[in-house]
Amino acid sequence: MIQLVLEQALNGLQFGLMLFLLAAGLTLVFGIMDCINLAHGSLYMVGAYFVAAAAQAADSFWIGLGAGVAGAAVLGLLLELSLFRQLYKRDHLSQVLATFALILIANEAVRWIWGPAALMLNPPEALSGPVEIGGFFYPAYRLVIIAFGLAVAGLLYLLVAKSRVGMWVRAGASNREMTEALGINVQGLFTAVFVFGAALCALAGGLLGPLLAVQVGMGESVLILAFVVIIIGGIGSIRGALVGSLIVGTVDTLGRALLPTLLRALLPADAAATLGPALASILIYLLMAGILFFKPQGLFPARA
Amino acid sequence: MAFYRPATYQKPVVLALLLALLALPPALTAFGQEFYIGFATRVLIFALAASSLNLVLGFGGMFSLGHAAFFGAGAYAAAICMSSGIADALLAFPLAMAAAGLLALVVGAISLRTRGVYFIMITLAFAQMAYYLFVSARSWGGDDGLPLASRMMLGGFSLTSDSALFYATLGCLALVMVFFGRLADARFGRVIQAIRENETRMEALGYPVFRYRLICFALGGALAGLAGALLANLTGLASPNLLQWTQSGTLLVMVIIGGVGYLYGGVVGAVILLMLEESLVGVTEHWHIALGLLLLGVVLFAPKGVAALFGKRHD
Amino acid sequence: MSLRLTALAAALMLAGSAHAADQIKVGLVSTLSGPGAGLGVDIRDGFNLAMKHLNGKLGNLPAEVLIADDQQNPDIAKQTADKFLKKDKVDFMTGIVFSNIMLAVGPAVFQNQTFYISANAGPSQYAGEQCNPFFFNVAWQNDNLHEAVGKIVQDKGYKNVVIVTPNYPGGKDAVSGFKRYYKGKVADEIYTKLGQLDYAAELAQIRATKPDALFFFLPGGMGINFVKQFVAAGLSRDTQLFAPGFSADEDVIKAVGSSMMGMFNSSHWAHDMDNAENKRFVADFQKEYGRLPSLYASQGYDAALMMDAAVRDVKGKVEDKAALQKALEAKRFKSVRGDFKFNTNHYPVQNYYLRAIGKDAQGRVTNKTMGTIFTNHADAYVASCKMK
Repeated sequence: MIQLVLEQALNGLQFGLMLFLLAAGLTLVFGIMDCINLAHGSLYMVGAYFVAAAAQAADSFWIGLGAGVAGAAVLGLLLELSLFRQLYKRDHLSQVLATFALILIANEAVRWIWGPAALMLNPPEALSGPVEIGGFFYPAYRLVIIAFGLAVAGLLYLLVAKSRVGMWVRAGASNREMTEALGINVQGLFTAVFVFGAALCALAGGLLGPLLAVQVGMGESVLILAFVVIIIGGIGSIRGALVGSLIVGTVDTLGRALLPTLLRALLPADAAATLGPALASILIYLLMAGILFFKPQGLFPARA
Repeated sequence: MAFYRPATYQKPVVLALLLALLALPPALTAFGQEFYIGFATRVLIFALAASSLNLVLGFGGMFSLGHAAFFGAGAYAAAICMSSGIADALLAFPLAMAAAGLLALVVGAISLRTRGVYFIMITLAFAQMAYYLFVSARSWGGDDGLPLASRMMLGGFSLTSDSALFYATLGCLALVMVFFGRLADARFGRVIQAIRENETRMEALGYPVFRYRLICFALGGALAGLAGALLANLTGLASPNLLQWTQSGTLLVMVIIGGVGYLYGGVVGAVILLMLEESLVGVTEHWHIALGLLLLGVVLFAPKGVAALFGKRHD
Repeated sequence: MSLRLTALAAALMLAGSAHAADQIKVGLVSTLSGPGAGLGVDIRDGFNLAMKHLNGKLGNLPAEVLIADDQQNPDIAKQTADKFLKKDKVDFMTGIVFSNIMLAVGPAVFQNQTFYISANAGPSQYAGEQCNPFFFNVAWQNDNLHEAVGKIVQDKGYKNVVIVTPNYPGGKDAVSGFKRYYKGKVADEIYTKLGQLDYAAELAQIRATKPDALFFFLPGGMGINFVKQFVAAGLSRDTQLFAPGFSADEDVIKAVGSSMMGMFNSSHWAHDMDNAENKRFVADFQKEYGRLPSLYASQGYDAALMMDAAVRDVKGKVEDKAALQKALEAKRFKSVRGDFKFNTNHYPVQNYYLRAIGKDAQGRVTNKTMGTIFTNHADAYVASCKMK
């Protein structure tokens, strides 16, 4: 029983860190540039396709991951220079329309190039099985995701909290005009942040490829989760994104694991069988609505 | 800025269009193109749904990304009415509007505590919850949806023929548009627009801002419910697909294309988007790319929407 | 002389009464975009390959196939079907993948008295009380593949089974289909969120339950996610995986790879089935599209053959609905799955086979047929069908 709880906690952590990889880029773009990017999920999808294609060509997961992330960064750069730069100044409605259009284009373009069937992306042979930790087996590859997630979180913390660039980023997130007035090249900063966000997306897509289907439309389901995370955490806050990810990851995992059992103990079997899974499906949305009810700006609002 | 009404010179245009629409079903029948009556009905229904979102978004300044929940709730309410023996639209449609409006009232009461992006996302979250609940609700058909045994009656008239449903939809849309026009000038309309422009001032003046917004949001939800009930009659089905977040996105796209806050913005947007879809589908399998590029074009070159290109602003 | 006269007389008679059509129009509505597109594309490609084999003709008449995307949206599917029925006045319709879309489109098609040849969707409604003379299913009833899995799990002597399906009525139907033939202990029924990505929580639960076999019904991307994570968790060592054929078909294998080896699944067709029609179909499909056909492709192919045979049977007089219905019921084409016949509810009575994923002679990871699970199996709803 203790092992099971431990394993589920680890699962929650892993799911949370995977969400963090996505949410980190999204919250920065959102917070600093005040730009709603629905196409963030599409960058994740395209990144996963890049990684899968490169990994197949090079016959190595790690080379594929590096190449795919680099490719997505280049794509991010092109998108920023050609389109997003024009969108920052516009209202949220225009941003939603433009990035909704990008989703349509990205999904169809990917299907055109790689076909409608899902692509294969497998973990390196050595990591494909489970390993034994503390008396139970755990997929080695999920441990890799946990390691990557912690490393990225640490790196981002150092970058944002300790470095000069990070100071600009934080300044930009809390007051853009003032930062500009202080003579910081906000345009260049925006480009850098957007490209970094795109690379993080591809990293998440590539890392999750061996666990999830690399297929058209994979971006949308993940996009909504990432939005939930940054809303809970507070837009523009890396710390909020991390805390939000871990909360969502844990609540979702534990909800799925425990709710059906719990309800079975409390309710008649019939009602529990209907209610349990339905409740587990909407748990994180309930959580988000609840948090916003008490904290309308999320847990760690970046903007004063 | 005011809730843009058609300038006086546009009135003849609107009347002419209305007359043309009245003549549409017989004309299509005469040319053997009956199929397009159903298509035109669908366009009108989406025009109504998009207009209801425009009320919330353009009029009330509330950026909701969960409007499909009310659209879908209306469709389900109609189907549930039908299966429990209420086959008269005169009763079923108001019930559908009440159900959707009530849902909007609850969602709004919680969501309106938040602002900006948080409001966008919390409305989306509620719509997602509704979607998952309808998908798993076995007694309402789950993902198969809830079929209607037949189309409803409207008073003594049957809506079974495509033309009848077309005229009923046209009537609903016309009534709603007249109502919107009146609303803009009424006290409620002036207050809610003032709130959109400067919330703090209106609060300071002692207006119950929250209540005004909530009523506007619920009204938009109820009208979306009416559109949903009409669509359930057209397709003979209430399906959870109607509640998907992409459906909310589509309605939003219609309003933005048409022109946020323009009286006919929702109508123009629905007509343009659905006609584009209908004509692009036949041209290429990859029509999503073409549609996406066109939408990008609208954002970059017609940022205020298409209605803005024609409509003179009325301040 | 007399021969010529008879021919002339026959021609005059044809012209007089229900005269033969000069062209056959088919409306193919399928899911060709979005996450479910792979299935629809396979049906379309299978159908098109058959049209190529038939030299573009159905029953010796030139045929036009109109193809449209339903975007996996019932509302759009209905509109497209209306266009085919009212504007293009098609003689047959086919192509729909998903049952919920079929149920949305069905009433309009039947009301218009147009024959629908389903190349996949087999809802229980149309097999039972709502069965319709104008609906034919040339694939299988939705429960059939689950029933076959239940039977083989029972026969192989597994005693402790966990079932995983999404939380929606289709998933619950799969469970009841499975349990119709599996009588052993069900240790747990796990209902997951529709479109769920991560299954770690469920897998931990499964590990704790220690089942000897696991049956999952997770269509599309969900199944791919689940299998990948199941294998990574090392559960395949102690637990035998079972799934309906479409969750272990060529498109899924292509996405998951060799870790699927050893998995069992049920199907009414397999690409290695030993008959001349199937060999030609599989070889030409690979030549034409560069991939192995899935069972969806085989169903699309059969749908075209079925129309061809029936049109030929009625000598092109497709206006005579009663005769056309008889011809369709007679099923005079050679299916790539081997012989089968139609039940009174217009669903197939056919064999279901056990397939296992392994390496073929060329070293490809693919399905191998292992044996027969059901012989001449009918669906569970036929008794409540009162066909008019």
